Amino acid sequence: MSGSISESIVLITGTSRGIGEYLATRYLEAGCRVIGCSRSKVSLDSKNYTHFCLDITDEAAVKTLFTSIRKQYKHIDILVNNAGIASLNHSLLTPMDTVSKVFSTNVFASFLFCREAAKLMRKNKFGRIVNFTTVAVPFNLEGEAIYAASKSAVESLTKVLAREFADFGITVNAVGPTPIDTNLIKNVPSEKISELVSRQAIKRKGTAADVKNVVDFFINDTSDFITGQVVYLGGV
Amino acid sequence: MQRAALLAIVESVVDELNELKSEQEKIQFSEDTSLYGQSSPLDSVDLVNLLLAVEEQLEDEHDISFTIANEKAMSMRNSPFKTVSTLIDYLMSELN
Repeated sequence: MSGSISESIVLITGTSRGIGEYLATRYLEAGCRVIGCSRSKVSLDSKNYTHFCLDITDEAAVKTLFTSIRKQYKHIDILVNNAGIASLNHSLLTPMDTVSKVFSTNVFASFLFCREAAKLMRKNKFGRIVNFTTVAVPFNLEGEAIYAASKSAVESLTKVLAREFADFGITVNAVGPTPIDTNLIKNVPSEKISELVSRQAIKRKGTAADVKNVVDFFINDTSDFITGQVVYLGGV
Repeated sequence: MQRAALLAIVESVVDELNELKSEQEKIQFSEDTSLYGQSSPLDSVDLVNLLLAVEEQLEDEHDISFTIANEKAMSMRNSPFKTVSTLIDYLMSELN
């Protein structure tokens, strides 16, 4: 990335809704070239937006996406590994199929995108990767064993990749949102959300703008000495 | 693929790596050049860059999509990444 963020090429996973859609919209407004992906089509309409319909756990499809990016743009500056799924259930009632899906999407796909993005970023000796964790990790929330475990893995990935990618000028950090009104928590009982929010220092639900504020800090040109960090929202 | 073609790819990648190096650091290219270890002129970042750049050239110029550091390569008793020559031998056996 040279100069302002407006010249950046940003890849965001999970842009069909929620935080991913919000971030894509805002970075398009900022003048970035945004590449997004999701299983379904998106409503985003901009000449600076390119969408790929794919399953982020499909290695062959993801490699094809990165080959397309490399051929068209030569590199990318920023990866926001936003796509994720949750499983909120008691462990004794959690099928292994769910465990597998949560880890495939949250951990394996995050790793796959980090790996392929870093291959493109290394050429410019510049890159910013932002992964997504959750306050469910430090809170050790009951009913979220698999979700929290998968995001714990994302935090470890973030810290280790930060060291491995440092030689290539790539920083790797993670943002940990509190509950935000998105599809991810739509099936969680409201009293459960209230209980969770009451454990934060600042007792309110988060917003997509709160998340973007942290992402903005991580991807800033001047944040080149910030890597391997996890920032939770809400005072956890 | 012919051995000469693969050798040319690896040599051009080493040339690219050398562009960013000082005179003292430049990698002398030959089939015997060690790719890792104490006798190698490459550091670990050079080796990663070399393997990825070879993959890219295979894909861009020969339409071959191949992951060099795959499970088979990583578990071979004699590492294919020891020297330029062993790397070429490995690529010959996997691509032909």
